[in-house]
Amino acid sequence: MSEHTFQPRIIAFCCNWCSYAGADLAGVSRLQMPADFHIIRVMCSARVAPEWVIKALLNGIDGVMVLGCHIGDCHYISGNHRAAKRFVLLKEMLSFVGVNPDRLLVDWVSASEGRKFQKLVTEFIERVRELGACGQRHVEIQTPHR
Amino acid sequence: MSETRVGVFVCHCGTNIGGVVDVPAVVEYARALPYVAHVEGNLYSCSEEGLSSLKQSIHEHHLNRVVVASCTPRTHEPLFKNACEEAGLNRYLFEFVNIREHCSWVHSREGDVATDKAKRLIRMGVAKACLLEPQDEAESGVIPVALVIGGGIAGMTAALNLARQGFHVHLVEKEAQLGGRLLQINQLCPTDEESFGLIGPIIQEVEEHGQITLYVSSTVSEVSGYVGNFQITVAADDGEQKFDAGTIIVATGADVLQPVGMYGYGQFPNVLTQLELEDRLKAEPPIVAGAVLINCVGSRIPERPYCSRVCCMTSLKNATQLKKLNPDAHVYVLHRDLLTYGVEFERYYRQAMKAGVRFLRYDLENPPQIVGRGRAENVVVWDALRGRELHLPVDLVVLSTPLVPGPDNATISRLLKVPLGESGFFLEAHIKLRPVEFATDGIYVCGTTRWPADVSESISQAYAASTKAAIPMRMGVVTAEAITAYSEPSFCTGCGTCVVTCPFNAIELQMHGNGRQVASVNVVQCKGCGSCVAACPSKAMQQRGFTDWQVLRMIEACGSWID
Repeated sequence: MSEHTFQPRIIAFCCNWCSYAGADLAGVSRLQMPADFHIIRVMCSARVAPEWVIKALLNGIDGVMVLGCHIGDCHYISGNHRAAKRFVLLKEMLSFVGVNPDRLLVDWVSASEGRKFQKLVTEFIERVRELGACGQRHVEIQTPHR
Repeated sequence: MSETRVGVFVCHCGTNIGGVVDVPAVVEYARALPYVAHVEGNLYSCSEEGLSSLKQSIHEHHLNRVVVASCTPRTHEPLFKNACEEAGLNRYLFEFVNIREHCSWVHSREGDVATDKAKRLIRMGVAKACLLEPQDEAESGVIPVALVIGGGIAGMTAALNLARQGFHVHLVEKEAQLGGRLLQINQLCPTDEESFGLIGPIIQEVEEHGQITLYVSSTVSEVSGYVGNFQITVAADDGEQKFDAGTIIVATGADVLQPVGMYGYGQFPNVLTQLELEDRLKAEPPIVAGAVLINCVGSRIPERPYCSRVCCMTSLKNATQLKKLNPDAHVYVLHRDLLTYGVEFERYYRQAMKAGVRFLRYDLENPPQIVGRGRAENVVVWDALRGRELHLPVDLVVLSTPLVPGPDNATISRLLKVPLGESGFFLEAHIKLRPVEFATDGIYVCGTTRWPADVSESISQAYAASTKAAIPMRMGVVTAEAITAYSEPSFCTGCGTCVVTCPFNAIELQMHGNGRQVASVNVVQCKGCGSCVAACPSKAMQQRGFTDWQVLRMIEACGSWID
């Protein structure tokens, strides 16, 4: 597959209360976007286990989005705080093992932000398209050393 | 265990899906997926015809998992789950795939691409469906007894609303007398009626009501349990009392800021707060030749950025009162902005102007100065609109200070495990979708402990909170959707990570059979966020309907490596 026609495969974990609803609104508003993303609904962004992201990147998924409620709006009070903290660490880990951390995007989409959902998805897909398929090269970024 | 037989129902949704996605091709694709026993396309899966076909297929093809690929679970999931249940299938053996909002509608110009995506989404849905398990919804009883904390206007209104419906109410007031803040107030705006005229009869009704048990000079000292079944301890000087309650309403009111060190307060005897003026107006109404009322004293500043909402009206009320007591008096209200929301209060403002109260705007850069020897004699203020300094002779300076969180908020927040907002007032679950209730089921909030509010707002909130509290008590049971977390004792190391992660205090460590401590989830308290599951370092914690293996199978099914 040439780089020009590369279609990345993306999974977007969306929380039931905000970002999934935001994605629904994007649909209702008929906001067009590339078809490379696949939504997996979870109740809260805090349910997204960091291992899932690794599993995805090991199984032919080229990029993962974790989308939750805006900070302060979490249906479960503080779930998105948890998610925010966990994925900072995961990004560092990815980077450490040589996977470009840009393959993981964590952001917040409210139920009223169909346009933001469209924008995030479109830009993320474009970014992952630039990075190419995950796992095609063993080292995407230089492994840090002292 | 019988073999897994998945039925897949692909909806055209008229042309909404069918006009973009090649549904017959998707149907053919799904037929070849592992464990799929039956596939059909429906013009509208949610129609009477679609639903009866679904139910019939469950019987005919002995389906034990159902996947519907159509629109969003946020609107249609209950419909299909009910249909499964009607066909004798546990409602948790159903999986929804959204190929409309997230596919046909947003890729409407790329039919081929959308068709491929719909196939993959169904592949993922089937992969998860194979691993779904039947679930029972947990039910627990609700004691028809409420605890109301706070005997002010909000608490008393809530208590009476419940007592009149036949529920027993325990009303706890920390002061010796019911009535709260309104006992200190002279008149109420915008009607100028005597405050005691309003609460007097309410106090009497509460005291005489057979369904209300009253605890004065008492505080709540311990709370355990969950919605439907709280165990309460109330402490007073003469000992403790214990009782059970199904619901709790927090109506503990607010404090008024003491403006120590501001505008000569504490230094000059004739600088009062609005509350002190109320007292004076009740006892011996002051006749003054000049008075200045300063608004926003200690509010809308960096350390207390909020507007206390009730002070503008209080200021209007008392300025007009001083003007009535001496029509020749020069009465000024110094404000930063005047907020007289609503028809009644706007009229109230106009009345005050008509009565001769003068309004001057100051800004924070040039705050008014109080000058005098031994007592406040002049207020020097920079009139921001006219751009000049004014010297106002005064007999009286009144400071409008904001309502601030009550001193017990932190304690009550800890006791009930409900959150306080940034400013220290209680934080309800959702300002629009779930006002006056906490995220924790069975606990409600009303009045000024929630946010500065006037009397009529406090009363409205009290009715709202008590009516919400009546719902579970009237139903007698609460059920929880079976998406709760559970722990596998043989994997659990008892580390307690889940316990501290849970925002709802639904998890505790309990002694397991073999003398080990393991996590135990209270399914009535668990709201099913799954935060503890992701946090568990031993993978002992799982979430019904969102287990690791269900989601991992979906991820595998999405991957390009199995295309």
